[in-house]
Amino acid sequence: MLKLENVQVHGLEPVSFAVARGECIALQGPSGSGKTVLLRAIADLDPVQGHVYLEGSERSALSGPEWRKRVRYAAAEPGWWGETPREHFAPAERLEKLVNSLGLKSAQLDQSLSRLSTGERQRMALARAVFDQPSVLLLDEPTGALDAKATIQAERLIKRQLKAGHAVIFVSHDPAQLKRLAHRKLTIRNGKLRVGRI
Amino acid sequence: MSQSSYIALSYWDLAMAASLILINGILSVVFRLGIERTLIVAAVRMTVQLMAIGFVLKFIFIQTSPIWTFGLGLCMVFFAGREAMARQTRRYKGWWAYGLGTGTLLFVGLLATLFGVGVIIGPDPWYTPRFVLPILGMVLGNTLTGISLGLETLTTTALRERVAIEARIALGATRFEAMSSATRQALKTGMMPIVNSMAATGIVALPGMMTGQILAGIDPVEATKYQVLITFLIAGGTAFGVFLAVLGGTRLLTDERHRLRLDRLENPAH
Repeated sequence: MLKLENVQVHGLEPVSFAVARGECIALQGPSGSGKTVLLRAIADLDPVQGHVYLEGSERSALSGPEWRKRVRYAAAEPGWWGETPREHFAPAERLEKLVNSLGLKSAQLDQSLSRLSTGERQRMALARAVFDQPSVLLLDEPTGALDAKATIQAERLIKRQLKAGHAVIFVSHDPAQLKRLAHRKLTIRNGKLRVGRI
Repeated sequence: MSQSSYIALSYWDLAMAASLILINGILSVVFRLGIERTLIVAAVRMTVQLMAIGFVLKFIFIQTSPIWTFGLGLCMVFFAGREAMARQTRRYKGWWAYGLGTGTLLFVGLLATLFGVGVIIGPDPWYTPRFVLPILGMVLGNTLTGISLGLETLTTTALRERVAIEARIALGATRFEAMSSATRQALKTGMMPIVNSMAATGIVALPGMMTGQILAGIDPVEATKYQVLITFLIAGGTAFGVFLAVLGGTRLLTDERHRLRLDRLENPAH
């Protein structure tokens, strides 16, 4: 589904790998090793050399916004531009169901973002990332600020995306979570990316 | 009611007025502000610069040649462009640092001056420097302020709101959608001074040009008409200039793949 060929990310040797439809890959490595830079490069948020393909067509065939509607990056620290979470979503009935599935109340969609906890904001950001059903999800520590219960709810949502045929690459430092979610793992060590089994 | 004629000033008159600067100097010494030296340099610079431009203008007015008029006009634009660049805390890298402001000032200055002088006032010949150069100067001075404020707001807002802008980009927004908040804020800030000054003109402050004309013996009502014309030219020029510079600046802060490119700004240390 998603294929990288000799993508040259700063601080890493040229990266090549592929992710299949419905596959979940965990990205591991020490802090500052280049995990975020790699995810941003795949989402076309920073200019890099190399080729990235989605379902056979090269990235350059699509405009930047069209690419990012299909290949979605969700940052570890989500950014907001409106006052309330609802302003960050297109109007749709399924929105409330989606946030409820993450353990959030519908009323929280209209609360000021500054009154939500870090974990609640992170779950809102996850809902925002999956809302328009992108083909590939690049999740940078999606459960970093969540407690055990909320983590399970977030993982269920990720699994539903996989079941629907979407691919997921996520960064996590939790070995147990890797076992629960990932089919394969990519490890960055000393500027090299290695593909491994869980 | 007879109109008073113009009274020429002697250099002695100017020397007497300069004595007022001494008050500032004394204040600086008494309160140990340490600005006496800067004050004297600034006063001398102002006098020398104005005297020099007085002689240059006198020479150019005598020539009444389109080449001399446009030559000096271009110099004014280039200096204004340099000033617009100097006022930025985070400049664009490379040629654009100078090119964006100067290009906008050149376009807007030319347009507003040609419209004001060529179409509305209509002197003969149309390039009469006595009309073209002062009006160009006033349009440039005010547009320069608007552009500088607009670009400064754009870059500082983009830096401050980087995470939110990139979140929008990551969700598939185009560069202008993602930057809309920063762009709007920059446009507003750039246009505010001229809007505020229009509201206060005539009540709080009598504009310099109108005061100059009145002192030179022109009927106050006639002087007012000129001031209204100039103010409209300045307001139009500033709005157009701010619009061009901020939209151009937004384009430069992003690329054709709609990515935010803050790496196109110099580091603050430069």
